[in-house]
Order: sequence, then C-alpha cells, then structure tokens
Amino acid sequence: MSILDSKIPEGPLETKWEDYKSHMKLVNPANKRKLEIIVVGTGLAGGAAAATLAELGYKVKTFCYQDSARRAHSIAAQGGINAAKNYKNDGDSVYRLFYDTIKGGDFRAREANVYRLAEVSANIIDQCVAQGVPFAREYGGLLDNRSFGGAQVSRTFYARGQTGQQLLLGAYSAMKRQVGLGNIEEYNRHEMLEVVKIDGKARGIIARNMVTGELERHFGHAVVLATGGYGNVFFLSTNAMGCNVTAAWKAHKSGAFFGNPCYTQIHPTCIPVSGDYQSKLTLMSESLRNDGRVWVPKSQVDCKKRPQDISEDDRDYYLERKYPSFGNLAPRDIASRAAKEACDDGRGVGESGLAVYLDFSDAIKRLGQATVQARYGNLFDMYHHITGENPYETPMRIYPAVHYTMGGLWVDYNLMTTVPGLYAAGECNFSDHGANRLGASALMQGLADGYYVLPYTIGNYLADEIFTKAIPTDHEEFEAAENKVRERIEKLLAVKGNQTVDDFHKKLGRIMWDYCGMARTAEGLDKAIVMVRELREEFWKDVRVTGQNNEMNPDLEKALRVADFIELGELMILDARNRNESCGGHFRTEFQDEGEAKRNDEKYAYVAAWEHNGVDEQPTMHKEELKYENIKLQTRSYK
Amino acid sequence: MKFQLKIWRQANASVAGKMVDYTIDGVNPDMSFLEMIDVLNEELIRKNDTPVAFDHDCREGICGMCSMYINGRAHGPQKATTTCQLMMRHFTDGETIYVEPFRAKAFPIIKDLVVDRSSFDRIQDVGGFVSVNTGQVKDANNLPVEKEKADMAMDAASCIGCGACVAACKNASAMLFVSAKVSQYALLPQGQPERKIRVQKMVAQMDAEGFGGCTNTGACEAECPKEISISNIARMNREYFSAGLLQD
Repeated sequence: MSILDSKIPEGPLETKWEDYKSHMKLVNPANKRKLEIIVVGTGLAGGAAAATLAELGYKVKTFCYQDSARRAHSIAAQGGINAAKNYKNDGDSVYRLFYDTIKGGDFRAREANVYRLAEVSANIIDQCVAQGVPFAREYGGLLDNRSFGGAQVSRTFYARGQTGQQLLLGAYSAMKRQVGLGNIEEYNRHEMLEVVKIDGKARGIIARNMVTGELERHFGHAVVLATGGYGNVFFLSTNAMGCNVTAAWKAHKSGAFFGNPCYTQIHPTCIPVSGDYQSKLTLMSESLRNDGRVWVPKSQVDCKKRPQDISEDDRDYYLERKYPSFGNLAPRDIASRAAKEACDDGRGVGESGLAVYLDFSDAIKRLGQATVQARYGNLFDMYHHITGENPYETPMRIYPAVHYTMGGLWVDYNLMTTVPGLYAAGECNFSDHGANRLGASALMQGLADGYYVLPYTIGNYLADEIFTKAIPTDHEEFEAAENKVRERIEKLLAVKGNQTVDDFHKKLGRIMWDYCGMARTAEGLDKAIVMVRELREEFWKDVRVTGQNNEMNPDLEKALRVADFIELGELMILDARNRNESCGGHFRTEFQDEGEAKRNDEKYAYVAAWEHNGVDEQPTMHKEELKYENIKLQTRSYK
Repeated sequence: MKFQLKIWRQANASVAGKMVDYTIDGVNPDMSFLEMIDVLNEELIRKNDTPVAFDHDCREGICGMCSMYINGRAHGPQKATTTCQLMMRHFTDGETIYVEPFRAKAFPIIKDLVVDRSSFDRIQDVGGFVSVNTGQVKDANNLPVEKEKADMAMDAASCIGCGACVAACKNASAMLFVSAKVSQYALLPQGQPERKIRVQKMVAQMDAEGFGGCTNTGACEAECPKEISISNIARMNREYFSAGLLQD
C-alpha cells in the first residue's frame, strides 16, 4: 500500500485553479497540430473535450460504440444542470455549491476538485447558451431555474425534461463543426478493447470495428477515456443497454487504479420492475420531487387499496415527516433508503409491494394541470407509455434503481490516471461526487471536465511530448495488445457452452443487487465474493456466444462486456467489504444510527484506489487521504 | 400473448436478404417491442441460431438509436412512440407482425434491421452548429430570448435523429430532420450570423447524400416519434429561398 499523490496545487482553495492555469505549461499552436489525442466516448465529457481540444488545434480521434456520437447516454439525463449563477438572488454562491456537493457526497470527495467544479459551473451555462441550447426561459427572456435534491437554492437550469439531450446535442454540434473542419476524425460503431502502453505511457488503443469485426490500431500522444459509468454491472439499471465498463476496465488492468468502486447511486424515482423479461429500468426525473409528494399507506392493510381510496390521515408522507427541512427533496441515497425501509416494513404498494407513490394531486390542485404539464409533460407521457396508467389521474408508482456510479478510475487533479498520458473524464472517473452524487451534478461534471478542465490539464502533460513523433502502429506493443484482444475473442467463441450471455449477466446482477446494493453486510459480502468468483469460472466454461468475429455480432459485443463486468463485480464487493462504515450510497447495515448512515472519519476518510494484480490475485489497495482544510466534517443532516 | 413474426434477415450488405417466419409465445403485454425481440433472440441463441441484429440503446425513447419498420410503419403503430417505448399491449393476440429495416437509399443496410444513418451526421458536419469556441462567450443572461421563440426552438430541437421521417416518406426525404435543425438556429439570436450559409450548406449536403425531395404529404410528421411539426419544413423553405434571393 502506498499513499497517492493527487497533485493538488498549493495555496488557498479559492485561487488554486486560477494559479494552476497561470503557471501550467503551454503548447504553441504549431506543435499542437503535431499532437494527436484519442477520445473514447462522445457523451458530455468526451464530446465537449473532443470539440474543445480540436478548437485548440490538436489532432483528435473520437470513438463510440453507437452509430452516432449524438446517441451517448448523457442524452437521457432529464432534470437539469446545476450552476452557481445566483440568478434567483436566493443566496447561491460558488462556495455554497461546493459545500452542498461535498456534503451531498457525505464528505468523501476531494475538496480541490469540487471547488473547481463549482467555479467553472457558471461558464458552462454561458457556453451552452452561446451554442444555441434552448434552455427554459421566463417571459422576460431570461433563464429559468428549478430546485433539485440536497440544495435549498434554485440553481438548476433545464430544457423541459430533456436537459441531457439538449446539452449533448450542444456538445455534439461543437464536435460536428470540428469534424467538418477536418480537426476530428470520427470512429463510430467502434469499441475500445485495449490500451496500448509504450515505455509506461498510454500511446494508443485497440478498437474493434463493430461492423466488420476488424481489430484496429490507433496511436495517440495521449488517450482520454470518457466512457461513462458501470451501473449495468447490476444488469437492471437506468443506463442504456450498451453502457459498459470495458474501456475503463482495460485501463485498470493496464495499471490505472480504480477508485471507490463500491460507491453506486441507487436513484429513488424509477418505474418499478414488472417482470423477468425486463431489460432495463426507466428513471423518472428527480425534478418531479419539486412538486410530487412521496407517500405510502400508514398501515399495511391499506396497501392493496386504490390510492384515491386512502384518506389523507392514513397516508405517511415519510420524507416530509423524517426530513422536514428538505422534505421530498432529500438527497437520492437518503430517499432511496427511506423507500426501501417503507417497503421492508410491508407498506410498499403495487402488485409486487416494491413501490411507493409519487403523487401530483396537490400540485395539480395548486398549479393547474396545464402548468404541471408544461413542467413535466414528457415525463408524464413516458410513464403513461410504459405503465399504461395516467399519472394526472392516479399517483405514479416508483421504486429505487441503479442509476449512477460515483466510483471510477482514480485520477489526480489533472484528471490523469495512474498511467501517464491516460486521462479519465466524466462519470468514468471517481473524483467529484464522493459517496453520493446530487441531482443535476452529473451534467455539470461531464461538461466541466470536457470543456474547462481537461483541455487545460492535458496541455501541461503534452508540453513535454512535443518531440515525440507519432509512433507507427506496427510497434511491438500495438502487436501485443492486438493479440491479447484477439485471443480473448477467440477464447470466448470457442467455449460453445449452454448458457447465454444474458443468463450470466442476470445472475451477476442478482448477486450484486442482493449483496452489494442498497444495504450491505459483511456476512453478505463475504458470501457474494465467493459467488462472483464461481460465476466467473462458470462463465468461461459454459457461455455460448453465437456467430463469428469477422461480422457485426451483438452477441459477441455483449459477451466481451459481461466478462469485464464479472471481474469488476468482484472488486466492488471487495471494496464494499473493506469499507467498514456507511457513507452516502454505501450503506453497511452494521453501521447506522436509526437508519442514517454512520461514517467513521477517523478510519475511512480516504479514497480506496485499487491496483490490479491479475484476475486471480488479490488487488492492492492504495489510499488517498482526504484532507478537509476548508470545511468541517460533520454528520450529514437533512432534518 | 402469441405472435407470428415475419422479420427481415440479411447477413450483410453484400448478400440478399429475405423475410423469415418466427413464432413467439408467452409474450407479456407489458413488454416493450424490443424486449419481445430480446426474448426471441434468447430462444434463437439456445437453438444455436443467429440472433436478430437491431439497433437500440437507451430504451427510453431519447437516444434515437432504435428504428424498425413495424407493420408498414416507422416505429410501429403507436403515435409519438419510438420502437423501444412501444408496448406489446398495443397488438392483438395471435396477430402476424411484419418487421423490416428502415428503407432509404441514404440509409444502406448493414445487417438484418440495422441501417447506416451516418448521412445524418454528415449533414450536421457542414452547418448544424453555431460557430463558437469554448470560452469565447458572455454571461448567459446578457442574451435574453423571447420565451415563445425559445419554446419553438426547443420544439424543433427535440428531434432525436432516428430517421423515421425518412423511412416514412415515399421520397425518402430528410426535410423534416434538416428543417428541425435549421429552425432551431434560425429562431434563436445565436443562430443569426450563420443563418444563410447554414441552410444552404445543409440542403446541399442533404441532396448529395441521396435523400429525395419533399412533396408535402406530411407522412414524416405523422410518424415522427417526437411530433416534430412540418411547419419547420415551411420555415426551412423560406430560409432557403431568402438566403439565395435576398440581399442585406
């Protein structure tokens, strides 16, 4: 074990980033043209980074598994994006956004990164407006805001219930402009399957062309991963079907440490599971909790009644009761646990008993249906499409589901992983959200990393690379990396077992949800680690992958991803077992104060960064001590 | 529920394809159409058959990746609904369902139900943006935008780029897609400096990609899962003509 250096600049918190920018190394325009950067993933972080790096003059190559960069899963974010603009004059500030984010993350995030995030948040809104992103506006023509969980100010900017879509299309349009200018080469329907390291530095990737199956070698002076989160390790999540950990996991296996893998976010407001065939879960935006009230019946006997037949006195608005100052806008981890508690208590509703109500009848009475429709129309329609029920007439039924992963590749202040030249931005790094992410902060972080942080910090590294000529891809390390990928694919196709890839994915999801989900115990985790190891062995003996490599083969794509998810699952369980405390989304039932997470700051105020030592070997844990110089650690309270 | 499925199977672009019959039983009415195909694919894999390839990702109706022509309609029979949000409860038990890929010269087939829609990306490359670099901007509220205009721009901007408009059109025209992007920027002050050049370049690229012309049948609007209005096409026509005819 070693202590990690996060390379946080010296000086007061408020001036660290300014000082850094003023003193970092620069690359002159003529040299930028000679430097090539690979960006994997084209969501908010990757799209914004690719566009900005190309604007600066670097030669950029982008990769995504979808048919177009515009389809990255950032597009599905609904509610909004936070920014410390204080347009509402309600007392917001950079410090307050910083503090809310640290507190929301249950004091497990790095101060300097979060402060920088809050600082650049306001620039993001300016940038997006300049790009033509149609944010919601007031009649005076100025931007509108709404409230989100974990904050007492209104700092969330939004575009109906499609904020992620509009921000992503903004970043995509900036990218498109650079493609048109010849500064970005796009590789869509490509999946990255290996990092290429030469003399210890990241120098390229191996990607599979998903149309032809061809394995391609691509060189870069630096490689940026912006490949999103790993929520699909649970099989059912709100992630898109294709979201995967493969790129990040290959990086991990090539020497990049993985930070806090056990920190996962279970979002409180999703449409409940309805059957075995279900392929994914659908989120109902947190913004709904601005006007919707969450409740269950006070008594178990009322659970099967129609909600309209349950009188006001017989309802338990448990969030309002337990957290009077934040009410229905309590942070996600807390709201999720409270829903689970109500259902465990036998007071869940719906056929399965695994649901709570999200009720808009008061809002409709107060504001009228037209206003509610203007605010949430597309979300209500989506709910109606899926469930066949009309939420204007009957309350929505919701239940928590896996939504986001706060853990990810460990990065320093520069967003560089422990592999020189390999960067991680957006959800795929671990850095800003601690043990729980606040609503409307994912979009903020993705765009902050992509537009405003990485384009500066990567220059600091590339300034020393101006004499490095592009390395030809017949170099032995490219050869070796490609062979490794080819062998893995051939091995998978050769198993010819009896169980489908989905069979294994579902089994893995079950283990993760039961033992490493909303509530975890040492005993359960010990059991789960054995189960996951057995599952991995079984997978390589009995999986059936149809078709060949040299064709479009979705079954093979899925198999490659699930193989990595199984390995990741093991690490998540180890990390959860190691952390003998509860914090944010990581809830160990042994460590609680009447249902509230009980941290142990003395022992666990650190980031656990895991080093891979081989698939069958115990990984090594490295620590980054979290030093709070500007805020006082305290028990998180939303009461 | 039980269905007869007739699905277009084609191994790749260089071989001929054909409709293949499948029977699927035990379908839950709350399944989505894609979940039904998932179940079919699991059965095919268990029989050592090749599963049906189809594009899909978010399954929330927003990424625009899913496509499919179902019973002769882009994204199937339900109004304002993508295939991933189409539930089996909208079909009749025992029904025969025809599943084909989107058909258009500018969307060549890759495999089975998967088509290549990169022509849309190339149209965006030539003008689907505001030319502004990161960091060159002023405070967002220094640029007030009339709420009505902003809302109209948002209506146009909600296009998911799925290509249903092209698939539904007898001319395989991309006018609804292109006009939605042109309108978003034409309605906003940010889009003004490039207003003329944008529409000219995007229309030229649309033609170069092999999309057909618009004959105002309105099929695109009727089938658009996001209900993008054809008034955007009218606006684009105005923009295009004035860009060519009028001088400042």
